[in-house]
Amino acid sequence: MASVPAPFPRPRPIDAYRAAYEHQVLLYLRNWRGSVFGNFAQPVLFLLAMGVGLGSYVDRGGTNATDGVPYLQFLAPALLVSTVMQGAAAEGTFPVLSGFHWVKRYHAMYATPLTARAIAFGQLAWTITHTLLVAVIFALMICLFGAAATPGIVWSVPIGVLTGIAFSAPISAFMTTQRDTNAWNNIWRFGITPLFLFSGTFFPIDRLPELIRPLAWVLPLWHGVDLARALALGTAGQAPLLHAAHLVILLAMAGVGVWAMFVRFRRRLDG
Amino acid sequence: MPGTTAPPTAPLITARGLTKRFGSFTAVDAIDFEVAPGESFGFLGPNGAGKTSTMRMIGCVSPLSAGEIRILGLDPARDGPAIRSRLGVVPQEDTLDTDLSVRDNLVIYGRYFGLSRAESARRADDLLEFAQLSERAKDKVDPLSGGMKRRLTIARALINEPSIMLLDEPTTGLDPQARHLLWERLYRLKQRGVTLVLTTHYMDEAEQLCDRLVVMDKARIVAEGSPLELIERYSSREVTELRFPVGVQETLGDRLDGIGDRIDRLPDRVLVYSDDGEAVSAAVRARGLLPQTVLVRRSSLEDVFLRLTGRALVD
Repeated sequence: MASVPAPFPRPRPIDAYRAAYEHQVLLYLRNWRGSVFGNFAQPVLFLLAMGVGLGSYVDRGGTNATDGVPYLQFLAPALLVSTVMQGAAAEGTFPVLSGFHWVKRYHAMYATPLTARAIAFGQLAWTITHTLLVAVIFALMICLFGAAATPGIVWSVPIGVLTGIAFSAPISAFMTTQRDTNAWNNIWRFGITPLFLFSGTFFPIDRLPELIRPLAWVLPLWHGVDLARALALGTAGQAPLLHAAHLVILLAMAGVGVWAMFVRFRRRLDG
Repeated sequence: MPGTTAPPTAPLITARGLTKRFGSFTAVDAIDFEVAPGESFGFLGPNGAGKTSTMRMIGCVSPLSAGEIRILGLDPARDGPAIRSRLGVVPQEDTLDTDLSVRDNLVIYGRYFGLSRAESARRADDLLEFAQLSERAKDKVDPLSGGMKRRLTIARALINEPSIMLLDEPTTGLDPQARHLLWERLYRLKQRGVTLVLTTHYMDEAEQLCDRLVVMDKARIVAEGSPLELIERYSSREVTELRFPVGVQETLGDRLDGIGDRIDRLPDRVLVYSDDGEAVSAAVRARGLLPQTVLVRRSSLEDVFLRLTGRALVD
C-alpha cells in the first residue's frame, strides 16, 4: 500500500510498549514504600492467625479433614493464591480508574505515539510484575514459617500470578466502563470477599452446601487454589484430569480477560 | 523546524468536510480549514461550539465520522502514532501524573517519543528552565498553582520538539498574571517558528496569539480571517458603550436611531458601532440623552462574535 513518505523517523512499536511499562515501573519506584510493608506483613499475619492459631485447633481435632497434612501446610499455598488474587484484582481497578478518570494518565499517554494496545500492555505487564513480586514474598514467608509441605510450593507462585490475571484483566475491562468505585465496591463486597472465604482456601469445597458448590467451579479462584495446593502437597498425580482442567480454565479466563481488556482500552481511548 | 514534511507553502493541516457525531448529536458539522507552517491558528467560540472535538480529531485520538483530514500529509486513520510523534498536545484538562515529580513527568513523557533516558533528561532540564519551574523540579505536581501546572503541561508537550502545538483553552481558569506569563511563553514559541493551533473562548487571547482564526458556533465555522480582518468585516473601528440608569434603556424607543453605523441592544447596555466613537457620544448628548457611563473603545472579536451569532461570547 502506498503511504505518503514521512521524512521524520517513524515511532517504533517496541519503544511504545517499553515506555508504557516503564511508566508503571517508575510509579512503583517512586511510591513503593507505602505498599511493600503490607506485602510482607499480610502473609505473616494470615499465617500466624489462620495457620498457626486456627491450625493448632484444627489439628488437635484429629478429624483428618485436611488430607493428613498439618493445617498450616494445607492452608499456605491456597492462602498465597487467594491473597495474590485480591492484590491483582485491586491492581485491575484503581490504576485503571485513575488512568482514565482521576489522573487521566492514559489520555496523556495516548496523545503521544503510544497506541491503546501499548497502554493496555503497560498496565497488564505491570500487574503481572507486581503480582509476581507479591507472590514471591508470600512464598518466602511460607518457607520461613515451615509451612511448605514439599518443594512443590514454588508452583504456587506462577499459579497465583495466573489466577491474579484471570481476575485482574476482566476487572480492568469492566472498569473502563466505570466513572467511580460504586460498582466496584459491590463487586468486592459480594464477589471478591465471599470468593476468598468460600473457594476452598480455608476448608475444602466439599464442605460447602451442595447448592452453592457449583459456584466454586464457575469462578476461577477455586481452580487456582486447588491446583496450587495439590502441587504443593504433591497430590496432583491423584487426579491429573481435574488438575489439567484447572489449568485450562484458568488460562481460558485469563486469555478472554486480556482480550476484553485490550478491546475496551481501545474503545475507551478512541472517544 | 525539523519534521515539516511538505514544502513550506503546503499546509501542515488540511481538513475537508470534517465531521464528528456522537449518536444523533453532531459536534462538528462538515468544517473546512487549513493551517500553514509557522502559523498561529485559532478556533474561537463559546463552550459547546465543537472546538474540543475538532482538536481531538487533529490530535488523532478521535476517529472522524465523515470528511477527511491530513496532518503533515498523513491520514490519522492509518498513521495516528506517526502523526502524534510530531504533535505537542496541551489538553483542556490537566493530565499531569500527580504521583510523579515535576521532572519525572517530563522525562517519562520523552520516553513515549522514543528518546533515550539521557536525551529525555537533558530536554527536561531545558524545558523546566523555559517553563520557569527549575526550582520545583523535585516537587510533586499537586501543590503547584494552576498557572504552573499549565506551564508544566506546555513544557511536557514540547519534549519531542513538535512541528505542531495543539492547545485546547490553554489559559482557561487562570488568573490574569498567570495568563500573561503563559501568553509570553507561547509567543516565544511562535517566534521560534512552532505552528500553534489553539482554541479559546477569550477574544483577547485570540487577538494576542492568533495570526488567523475561525469563529465556530453550533458545530460550524461562521467566519474566518485574521483578527483585524474579522473586525473590519464584521464590526467597525470603534464601539461606544452606553449604560443608562436602571429602567431608562427600555424607554429610549427610536431616540438612538441614525447614530453610528449600527446599534446592538444588550440587556445591560447599548453598543453603537462607528468609525468615531467620540462623535457618537457627542451625538447622543446632543439628543439630550444622559447615559450613566459612556465608554469608547476599540472594536474587538467579541463584537464580531456578537454580530455573527447575536449572542455574547462569554456569559
